[in-house]
Amino acid sequence: MRGDAPAWAGLPSRGRRPAALGSTLGLALCLSGCAGVLDPQGPIGLQQRTILLNATAVMLAIVVPVILATLAFAWWFRSRNARARYRPDWSYSGRIEFMVWSIPALVILFLGGMTWVATHDLDPARPLAAPRKPLAVEVVSLDWKWLFLYPEQGIATVNRLVVPAGTPLSFRLTSASVMNSFFVPQLGSQIYTMAGMETRLHLQADRPGTYRGLSAQFSGGGFSGMHFDVLAQEPAAFEAWVAGVRAGDGRLDRAGYEALAKPSQAEPPRTFASVAPNLFDQVLKTWMSRSAALLCAPPRQAADLRGDK
Amino acid sequence: MSVAASVRDPAAPQRGSTGSDPVPVSERGPAPTRIVVGFGFWLYLLSDIVMFATVFAAHAVLSQATDGGPAGRDLFDQRSAFIETALLLGSSLTCGLMMRAARRAPGRDFQLWAGATLLLGLAFLGLEVREFAGLIGRDAGPGRSAFLSAVFMLVGLHGLHVAVGLFWLGIMMLQAATLGFRAMVRRRLLCFSLFWHAIDIVWIGVFTTVYLLGSR
Amino acid sequence: MLGKLSWSALPLGQPIPLFAGGFVVVVILGVLALVTLKGWWPYLWREWITSVDHKRIGVMYVLLALVMLLRGFTDAIMMRSQLALATGGAPGYLPPEHYDQIFSAHGVIMIFFVAMTFTIGLMNFVLPLQLGVRDVAFPTLNSVGFWLTASGVLLVNMSLVIGAFARTGWLAYPPLSELAYSPDVGVDYYLVALQISGVGTLLSGINLTTTILKLRAPGMGYSRMPVFCWTALASNLLIVAAFPILTATLGMLMLDRYLGFHFFTNDGGGNPMMYINLIWAWGHPEVYILILPAFGVFSEIIATFSGKPLFGYRSMVMATMGICILSFMVWLHHFFTMGAGADVNAFFGITTMIIAVPTGVKVFNWLFTLYGGRIRFEVPMLWALGFMVTFVIGGMTGVLLAVPPIDFVLHNSLFLVAHFHNVIIGGVLFGAFAGYTYWFPKAFGFRLHDGLGRAVFWCWLIGFYLAFMPLYVLGLMGMTRRMQHTTDPAWAPWLYVAMAGAGVILLGIVLTVVQLVVSIRRREALRDATGDPWNGRTLEWATASPPPPWNFSRLPRVHGMDAYWDMKEAGTRQGAAEPEAAEAAEAVELPRNSMAGFVTAFFAVLLGFATIWHIWWLAIGGLAGAVAVILVHAWRTETEQAVPDRALRAYEAALASARSAS
Ligand code: HEO
Ligand code: HEM
Ligand SMILES: [Cu+2]
Repeated sequence: MRGDAPAWAGLPSRGRRPAALGSTLGLALCLSGCAGVLDPQGPIGLQQRTILLNATAVMLAIVVPVILATLAFAWWFRSRNARARYRPDWSYSGRIEFMVWSIPALVILFLGGMTWVATHDLDPARPLAAPRKPLAVEVVSLDWKWLFLYPEQGIATVNRLVVPAGTPLSFRLTSASVMNSFFVPQLGSQIYTMAGMETRLHLQADRPGTYRGLSAQFSGGGFSGMHFDVLAQEPAAFEAWVAGVRAGDGRLDRAGYEALAKPSQAEPPRTFASVAPNLFDQVLKTWMSRSAALLCAPPRQAADLRGDK
Repeated sequence: MSVAASVRDPAAPQRGSTGSDPVPVSERGPAPTRIVVGFGFWLYLLSDIVMFATVFAAHAVLSQATDGGPAGRDLFDQRSAFIETALLLGSSLTCGLMMRAARRAPGRDFQLWAGATLLLGLAFLGLEVREFAGLIGRDAGPGRSAFLSAVFMLVGLHGLHVAVGLFWLGIMMLQAATLGFRAMVRRRLLCFSLFWHAIDIVWIGVFTTVYLLGSR
Repeated sequence: MLGKLSWSALPLGQPIPLFAGGFVVVVILGVLALVTLKGWWPYLWREWITSVDHKRIGVMYVLLALVMLLRGFTDAIMMRSQLALATGGAPGYLPPEHYDQIFSAHGVIMIFFVAMTFTIGLMNFVLPLQLGVRDVAFPTLNSVGFWLTASGVLLVNMSLVIGAFARTGWLAYPPLSELAYSPDVGVDYYLVALQISGVGTLLSGINLTTTILKLRAPGMGYSRMPVFCWTALASNLLIVAAFPILTATLGMLMLDRYLGFHFFTNDGGGNPMMYINLIWAWGHPEVYILILPAFGVFSEIIATFSGKPLFGYRSMVMATMGICILSFMVWLHHFFTMGAGADVNAFFGITTMIIAVPTGVKVFNWLFTLYGGRIRFEVPMLWALGFMVTFVIGGMTGVLLAVPPIDFVLHNSLFLVAHFHNVIIGGVLFGAFAGYTYWFPKAFGFRLHDGLGRAVFWCWLIGFYLAFMPLYVLGLMGMTRRMQHTTDPAWAPWLYVAMAGAGVILLGIVLTVVQLVVSIRRREALRDATGDPWNGRTLEWATASPPPPWNFSRLPRVHGMDAYWDMKEAGTRQGAAEPEAAEAAEAVELPRNSMAGFVTAFFAVLLGFATIWHIWWLAIGGLAGAVAVILVHAWRTETEQAVPDRALRAYEAALASARSAS
């Protein structure tokens, strides 16, 4: 299933062992603790890195010779080289033409097959196979911060996502205003958040740690500050954290949400001990129809509120 | 217009001299101006059709997005749309007759048929404006919903073409009267008639999607 | 009376735009004053502004592109320096409301007013010469198209001084670009400028397509057209088929913003994703509109400087047309991350990759053109080799991005930014510079300075690698595009290297200007009297440099590919052969100058400016003015004038003697 590396990758299950090329390249790039897509911390990211490295290797096998041949031919056939044979009329060869079409075609046939399989394996909407019950998280992108709702726990956070390690995460995502893209490079796939539309995403963090998350789709003046940390914790620690949040204060009722939805930049992380029921669906519905309850500010006012000037 | 006019048409003598071994069209050298202008105008029409296709696509995407507002079956007056279609088809006919008159006996006949085309087109536009005014009056203007935005854009874009076409036709009537049927005027008339028939065909599409399918 | 326009539109309180805008205004006024003082207006008006000669118009396009390159690059260097400063939480010197305008303007200017303008300019100049005819199909329309493009340029640059430009990125995705989220005039500048210049581009596309398909020298069948003509044909067909989509899409966004329509709004049932689909249905073909003519330029150059015909001509033509068709079937690869199903994503991923096949065919055929050649490393050839090495890397990263699961982690990252600069600079821009160097002597009768040309090439090549390879790394490290500041300390070193690279490119750009000035001053030493400085193969080299207004006194007759090469081969040993003529030198007629283009564009600027600022009376006036110009033009009956026989004979004699002397 999804958590396993696809068969064509030729890797042991869960794709934990990166390709040899991968570790070298990754090491070379990540000497000073880089935290990018070459240093994945979950099954999705791992498989994506494997595909990335494999596809690169396949293509380098043809691109590097092309580069070398360009330089070599240009050098050897320079006009001052008396030893090079000048063939002023040589401009066609059926055999070469055949090769010229078939070599790239074969490479693309291979890459295309790989793409078909990998795209289905790694469809963001596809749930992960894992023994543990997934944690549901609802994500709302606001101007310019992230709201995370935990429907089963009844709590919410802003600009910090705390999750249990080794547990699949099942996201529903939407936006309360413009488009954004929810992205945690070390966990893998990003996905757009769009007003009035719901997208799905499934990720998992294998180990406890702190991973950087951000918006990958430009959303206006506060975009650059719109990042968050993902804190993956041991499941027990996660439960403790949930209990702590519940015991804390902060209520995200409708009025609270409306205040939060007002544009603001570089918000510090916050938690809410309770959340109005079905908040996510109400945000979603706001934009689906004009007659629906106006939870968010209507757009004309949004312009003034954002102060994006 | 074109420099091709300055080049003797190399096709004719070659065909004449060799007879049995004609030079392929593609190798006969620059085409005469009439061909060049006609071809260029075809390309323009092609691009115009692509633009309409884009708007048709938008209309298809948004056809259900009524946002709680009125849908097609609540709004459209099929009878009026039928009359509009008839007017436009009739104007295509008179346009054809106008072109024939221009070829045959330039003079009064041409102006007559051109005038008829102009009147039919104006009547079409009048009906369309009346329809738009009616819709807006019933709070079914383009700002009501995405669906209505698409309807107004599609029908309006077509209407704009008709309006421009009528303006053009008026100018051509003047040109025929002042400049006579010289080659330049004939070429322009040819382009105009292509244009007029093209927007007629587009109207068939508009009529079908907006008024027939859209009122179900 | 003045709509939304008021004194607050001027950037009086903001030092950076005030300075930049003031600088531009001063430069423009300075140029105008100089021209007036020197009394150059009559000459400019007669020989350039009202000229309908495709060569003059081509040169003006290229000049416009070079000037806009300076503007676009200024934006780039501001972005690079901002990001080099604003690391680790530092704010840098450009607050978001400026920075966001800068990257939007950079993208728009570089794509529409540098890359497009440059390629259209080259095509305009070269096509009729290569086809062996006297002008394009519609010379006056050509001038209108050019001046409308210039109107768009003017409007975009006005936004520096009056009001502001869009802060939405170069494609202005809604809902961000809707009135609700971008209430000021920035997006209106964007929309209006692109609509006006878009009309110009469409006119030019129709014109050049007609030229290639209907006006060719006798004997030049399709299978004998130079490959540049084929790539230009593909590119112009794409313009005709794709630009109307852009016009319609931007038109819908305008209706949303101006008349409260709901195409792409969040409310009212609008659908922003429809915009994203439509804009890429234009946007993806657009990148091939840019690259195909560049492929053509390289094909000509590689064949010429290898002293061989292009290898695999038929394959090259098939590959070109294949790319042309495929380019409409891949647009969804720009938003795999919108949440479409796996089938859809996989389908578009694979169609995208298929484009690598015809492109690969082209690369291999260039390789085999080199093979067995006698290669001269003139400056155009350096650009061509630099292109072959650089472009394949960018193509490879493009194919990586076409794999949806890979795109899920690299979409909108700096890896993507690196990819497209890699193909655009390493492909389109290198092609533009190669063509510029290659055809410059044809346009002006003297070459560009060689040593400086080499220096420019190396600066761009090295600068490119320094400036953009780090972006691949940063993308893999998870840095996304359009960031105004960064916090991760690991990113900083790479941003510094990129900054240094931009510095090297800056040197290259400065040297480009120096090269032009030096070459003009030393033009006597660099003079080429024969009209064939590179031992060329195609018909543009058969006529004099610069060609006479009528290009060829007698249209050449073509018997095969590489027509001029064949003529030289077949010709007698006494000097270079004259092109075999299809007619006697007689009765050449040229279209008369026309001010229609310039005056229409003037009114288009009024119309555009008035629309942006909601000054409706002026908008109506501008529109009426433009229509009036067209009407006046429509009543012109004397559109052509004959060239005196004396001039034809004098020109022929001069060329013959120059050739036999060399
Ligand atoms: C001139 C411009 C240009 C050109 C030529 C290309 C060429 C290609 N592009 Fe690129 N692109 C261009 C300009 C852009 N692209 C973009 C974005 C973009 C994206 C979206 C990424 C994302 O948003 O996440 C994808 C998937 C690609 C794919 C490709 C592919 C497969 C090619 C192919 O055509 C490349 C083919 C060439 C190859 C492969 C090399 C030579 C072939 C050899 C040597 C044969 C052997 C090789 C193989 C068989 C692999 N491009 C954007 C982003 C815009 C934005 O978002 O702002 C721009 C501007
Ligand atoms: C000459 C050297 C150039 C440099 C140093 C440069 C630099 C940059 C930088 C720093 C960005 C912003 C990246 C980001 O989002 O973080 C950018 C964006 C962009 N550049 Fe360039 N660029 C150059 C040339 C070009 C050229 C020649 C073109 C096209 C013909 C081009 C097209 C674009 C586009 C389309 C964008 C995206 C704008 C957006 O995000 O909306 N650039 N460039
Ligand atoms: Cu693309």
